[in-house]
Amino acid sequence: MKNLTPLTADIITNNLVPQRFGKRGMIWTGVLVAFCVVGAYAYFLQLKNGLGVTAMRDYVSWGIYISNFVFFVAISLVGSLITAVFRLANVKWSTPLTRIAEIIAVSAIVFASLIIVVDMGRPERLFNLFIYGRLQSPIMWDVIVITTYLFISLLLLFFPLLPDLKILIKRKELSVKSLGKFYSFLGSFWKGTRLQEKLNKRAVNILCVTIIPVAFCIHTVTSWLFATTYRPGWDSTNFGAYFISGAFLVGAGAVVVAMYIFRKAYTLERYITELHFDKMGRIVVLLALLYLYFNVNEYLIPAFKMKNSEEAHLTDLFAGTFAPLFWFAIFTGMLVPIFILLFKRGRRPLPAFIAGILVVVGAWFKRYLIVTPTLLHPFLPMTDVPENFKHYFPTWQEWAIALGSLAGALLIITFFARIFPIIPIQETINEQHETVAK
Amino acid sequence: MKNNDTSRRDFLAAALLAGVAAGCSSNNPFAPGDNAIKASGEMVKLLSVDGEVIEVDKAFLKPIPDMPTVTNSEERIGIAGKKFVMVIDLARCKNVGACKAACNHAHHLNPGQNWIKIHAMEEAEHTAPYWEPTTCMHCDEPPCVKVCPVDATFKREDGIVLIDSNRCIGCRFCMAACPYSTRVFNWNEPVLEKEIAEKPYSCETSMPQKIGTVSKCDFCPDMARKGELPHCVSACPNGVFFFGDMNEDSVTNGAETFRFSELVKDKAGYRLMEDLGTKPRVYYLPPVNRNFPFESGLEKDTTEKK
Repeated sequence: MKNLTPLTADIITNNLVPQRFGKRGMIWTGVLVAFCVVGAYAYFLQLKNGLGVTAMRDYVSWGIYISNFVFFVAISLVGSLITAVFRLANVKWSTPLTRIAEIIAVSAIVFASLIIVVDMGRPERLFNLFIYGRLQSPIMWDVIVITTYLFISLLLLFFPLLPDLKILIKRKELSVKSLGKFYSFLGSFWKGTRLQEKLNKRAVNILCVTIIPVAFCIHTVTSWLFATTYRPGWDSTNFGAYFISGAFLVGAGAVVVAMYIFRKAYTLERYITELHFDKMGRIVVLLALLYLYFNVNEYLIPAFKMKNSEEAHLTDLFAGTFAPLFWFAIFTGMLVPIFILLFKRGRRPLPAFIAGILVVVGAWFKRYLIVTPTLLHPFLPMTDVPENFKHYFPTWQEWAIALGSLAGALLIITFFARIFPIIPIQETINEQHETVAK
Repeated sequence: MKNNDTSRRDFLAAALLAGVAAGCSSNNPFAPGDNAIKASGEMVKLLSVDGEVIEVDKAFLKPIPDMPTVTNSEERIGIAGKKFVMVIDLARCKNVGACKAACNHAHHLNPGQNWIKIHAMEEAEHTAPYWEPTTCMHCDEPPCVKVCPVDATFKREDGIVLIDSNRCIGCRFCMAACPYSTRVFNWNEPVLEKEIAEKPYSCETSMPQKIGTVSKCDFCPDMARKGELPHCVSACPNGVFFFGDMNEDSVTNGAETFRFSELVKDKAGYRLMEDLGTKPRVYYLPPVNRNFPFESGLEKDTTEKK
């Protein structure tokens, strides 16, 4: 350990309270807002002219909106992994990462819900789901579990925030006036009494226990949107586990990326340490191996049999038009990150950050490969349709909306970090006391 | 609601009058304008709504262009006592495309949309190629109905699977679920004549098509209510399509009528993708003893080549 002044409660608070955007922060936010505005304009065009502005047609009836939705649902699972699984397993080192994971989960699940509305042909009829909803439909299951997950995630973000809100309310000089009012609105009831702390602790424990099955549900049900159909590439009993393992992987990768960026942007080297990158690096390797295992099951077992219906789909992935993208996703999403992170030197912040980016980028394209190629290989040959129905490449509107939604999710995280401490202050102080006491 | 009531009353009256003279059933059957018409002296016996037999001069009868629409809840139940079924004889098909053209015309489908598709099929190398027209299979275990989150696509008691475009949210799960790729989506605002576009939507006519919703072959239940055959059946010059009622055990292509059970038994009828368990209501007769060589239909082939 370097010889640094010991971390007192005051220093911790000063280090961790939210800071104003610097020049970089302003540029970053500006770029994200620009993406969102372009995306919103593209959606306006889609609302005006219909889904015809997309490249989706009767055969490829689901495109990057749906793969983006799957990506968002996947990444949001990390909230339950880092917060709930680690908390219940009494893993102490994950404390500084819990809030990062939880805000990623919340923003991702919010945009998952939005992007699925974007994909609807008649978004104004959304209320039909509540008037005429059929519980037999997997879409209804998704509506139910995603809403539940959103609320549990919000509470799991909010409850541990209460002690920090008390600190923020006290230190008025740190924040602008309007923010102070906002803090009071959210957390003035919190006095930090013993009873309150006891209740809060219990509530968080209950939430941690409940969020794990709900998290499994959201992604299993999302996988069932595909697995409940007959189509080659989707008709798989492996799908639930395959999706969940992939979700934990991309979520963990996203946390590594976020850790690195927050650490750099807010100079948090003493809180998010090299130890965290080392541990998270190991976890990513484990999860990537797990996902690889399910990929082997998902692709090589059907390929061994080469059933007639599967053959065209699989050969298109392995050696056909989708082959470059397929192997790109396998290598960047799994193999290369495993290779980087297996080595101790690869688990230092910068290489781990790069591995994290590879995981996330690979995962996005992987979701695309799960959704679209299958639709290009229907059971009956594609007949009596215009030529452009037999291919799919997203239009600029689809790209703009997809990128806009990704930017929107990042924007939520960015604003959250501006308003609230991204690393729990009170918990860090408590743990510091414990270590000193030891 | 008021509109529905009147249309229902009209419908009942029309049904009683065998669809010929709805206007004659009330106490005062002749509207003032009718005075201009001269009685021909030839009388026709009709049954009134009250069950009385009345006599009306033939000159006062007015043809009704279309049956009044049935209510949405009636459309969801179907035609009582019927179990519609279709038989497609592959030995007779040479990819003329008249079925498709008639269907597209009757349902005012936009360019690029086809509810009927005619595939050039060849099961394997060294096996015979043949033309296979596909409609909606109106499955008894419809995968599309199973996944619909809002009951917009539904299975009726008469076996027909229909779509309520006023309820469809456009999620396209049914399109992914259908193994026969039968469903068509309105990606853009359908281009329709004003007269069609302004009609209220009916699940039985599937018209007018609406943007952002799914459509597909509907077995023309509006024609069945009129006692007529679906457009594809009557348009086919080679009598490929047979339509009928399983309860009556008869199917017809207009010119020939068969016992459904015997036809399927004698000609070894089968259904598509039986292994999926969807239980289609469309039966195929294998392409043996063909009326035309396969090559005669190649000119119009649009099937994707592998």
